[in-house]
Amino acid sequence: MKEKIIMLGNEAIARGIYEAGVKVSSAYPGTPSTEISEKLAKFNEVYTEWAPNEKVALEVAIGASIAGVRSFACMKHVGLNVASDPLYTFAYTGVNGGSVIVVADDPGLASSQNEQDTRMIARSAHIPVLEPSDSMEAKEFVKIGYELSEKYDTPVILRTTTKLAHSQGVVELCDRVEVEDKTYARDVKKYVMMPASAIGRHLVVEDREKRLKADCSNFEINKVEMLDTKIGIITSGIPYQYVKEACPNASVLKLGMVNPLPESLIKDFASKVDVLYVVEELEPVIEEQVKSWGIKAIGKEIFTLQGEYNANMIRKAILGVENVSFDAKQTPVRPPILCPGCPHRSVFSVLKKLKVHASGDIGCYTLGAVAPLGVIDTTVCMGASISMLHGMEKACGKEFIKDKVAVIGDSTFLHTGVNSLINMVYNKSTATVIILDNRTTGMTGHQEHAATGKTLKGEETYAIDLKVLCQSIGVPNVVEVNSFDVKTLEKTVKECLAGHVLSVIIAKAPCALLKGLKFNKFCKIDTEKCKKCGMCLSIGCPAITKKDDGTVVIDDTMCNGCGLCLNYCKFSAIEKVGR
Amino acid sequence: MKSLNIMIVGVGGQGTLLTSRIIGKTALNAGLDVKMSEVHGMAQRGGSVVTFVRFSEKVYEPVVEVGDVDVLISFERLEALRYSHYVKKDGLIIVNDCRIDPMTVVIGASEYPKNIICELEKEHNVKVVDGLSIAKEIGFPKVLNTVVLGFSAKQIGFELNDWLNVLENTVPQKTIELNKKAFMAGYNK
Repeated sequence: MKEKIIMLGNEAIARGIYEAGVKVSSAYPGTPSTEISEKLAKFNEVYTEWAPNEKVALEVAIGASIAGVRSFACMKHVGLNVASDPLYTFAYTGVNGGSVIVVADDPGLASSQNEQDTRMIARSAHIPVLEPSDSMEAKEFVKIGYELSEKYDTPVILRTTTKLAHSQGVVELCDRVEVEDKTYARDVKKYVMMPASAIGRHLVVEDREKRLKADCSNFEINKVEMLDTKIGIITSGIPYQYVKEACPNASVLKLGMVNPLPESLIKDFASKVDVLYVVEELEPVIEEQVKSWGIKAIGKEIFTLQGEYNANMIRKAILGVENVSFDAKQTPVRPPILCPGCPHRSVFSVLKKLKVHASGDIGCYTLGAVAPLGVIDTTVCMGASISMLHGMEKACGKEFIKDKVAVIGDSTFLHTGVNSLINMVYNKSTATVIILDNRTTGMTGHQEHAATGKTLKGEETYAIDLKVLCQSIGVPNVVEVNSFDVKTLEKTVKECLAGHVLSVIIAKAPCALLKGLKFNKFCKIDTEKCKKCGMCLSIGCPAITKKDDGTVVIDDTMCNGCGLCLNYCKFSAIEKVGR
Repeated sequence: MKSLNIMIVGVGGQGTLLTSRIIGKTALNAGLDVKMSEVHGMAQRGGSVVTFVRFSEKVYEPVVEVGDVDVLISFERLEALRYSHYVKKDGLIIVNDCRIDPMTVVIGASEYPKNIICELEKEHNVKVVDGLSIAKEIGFPKVLNTVVLGFSAKQIGFELNDWLNVLENTVPQKTIELNKKAFMAGYNK
């Protein structure tokens, strides 16, 4: 009997990649896709790396494919925007060794800036999309993806969502299949996408999609479960599980491939049921196509475009039945917050004191937008903090940005922030940029990057020096400061904002959650000296709380002894003590 | 065949993931189909976190719907109140007797609800465990989640040895004895 274990969706995908005989993988971390690369890195048979961004990762996978091996790249939905440039043309070149790209959508916004639907991009790029509905399928669909990729000479997207990526299910393991490398052959018409070649390849793309459309009605992963024919439901992915839970007697057409759609299979299914529903999270991708074929169906008329679905919601919408439950109680919200000992808090406390606001970026530090710190004014996408501040200066002049900075993490800076900084140098900016250098990719769970000196596999490597990098592209004023040295930091921010040249402040201190860090001290409040003024509470550290009687206390199990609160106590009532 | 919907809630960083994984593995070893759902990413940073464990002959969705929870295990009082409406009429709520103020309370924007346990007892069967005190008694405050797990395991069922086997195979080698001690301290409470 095959070994059965419980696996996270992302771990199952990694296992599938291993079993499929893949040799090269490249990715940039992004919730909910990150664990795939981390799990994959444990297999010696697969070369696995962190790339500085998703565009680079996909290009690495394309190169590896053309060289003749099975290759892999993965990213979150917004990462696909960054990788769109190579993606659209990868559809034209096709593959040599098979290539699968996992793209993880985030309906419900567990950890993202928007709710875009990858199927829309895949349709416009003419790339087939598979969508598994549990961990076991995730593993098997990866392998099917490689077979389809090689059979139809196309990259294949495997789309997941947060619920699939971060849920666990039972998986049966298989052995790795070693796939023979394909021969590398120079083929200008296929791999050099200049107009003369691309005209020809566009025809190939169209022909391929036609063949896939015709064939996929017979693919086993598109399957019909015929039960009561009063209700028929077309669905795919995780919503399939909700549908089975909500309407166990309904007939279901479960699509394993969501682009292109199996037209004849869908028409046949529709003809056998009285009322047809389409249940899909986010955009009405399946629904609109089904309706365009003249089939009557109910979809977004009764279902939302937003968030994650659930069985209760589907049961209510289709069957009109509501689950009996107690009413939700009124409770104070508990939003995520910066951890105790987080160096970002220190930098933000200085900005708050100076009444300086920030053009923000993507990372834990986005939490600096909320109370009590409240210094971040804008967040759009990776790298945008720097370019948006530049736009503000060009729009309203130097004076306008005299109380504004850009803040960006070290990993995000290397992702796409450096391009924006080059633009600032080139176009004569006088802005101040703060790189929040915490020596890791924090929010996604501590991944190495090009400035940490370690690879994904844990090997030693060259660590890019951010100061040297900024100087080498021509930033006239680059200053390194310890994030917890608030006096120097305050002085530096003031000087840079008062100056007339582009400045980069590299605020350095490791993320408090990094492995290997030892916290031998914690902070303690002397209740005799404490005047209960609440200044220490204003830095928003979760270890500091006020009791019902007004006494302010520091939880010694949470405190990491960073000592930031000491700087904000006017009565010297806080001291650092040893554990 | 045993079938149960479990919801585990707490504050990011309290170790809810380890708890759900041990429950899930124990159910798998008992020959059941298991699904779990976890929270990763930004919400983990000190926010309210939810994990689900479901086991039965066949499980479809990895989450438990509002009104369908058999056992709610909460590592913090306010979080028990926040998710109590998920629990079935005859379900059980296990609360670790601990208070962590959300930032909204710290900065005075809202108040931490009073008498949470009494509120919960109006509608539900509630069992309270003081995980931290028990963990401190055995000398290691950091294993309080294993104490809560042990306490919950007794309510969930399965053989004690099955639990201990999974615990042994899941926690880091160096901490096995300590975790077993913590588990038993909770189990026998």
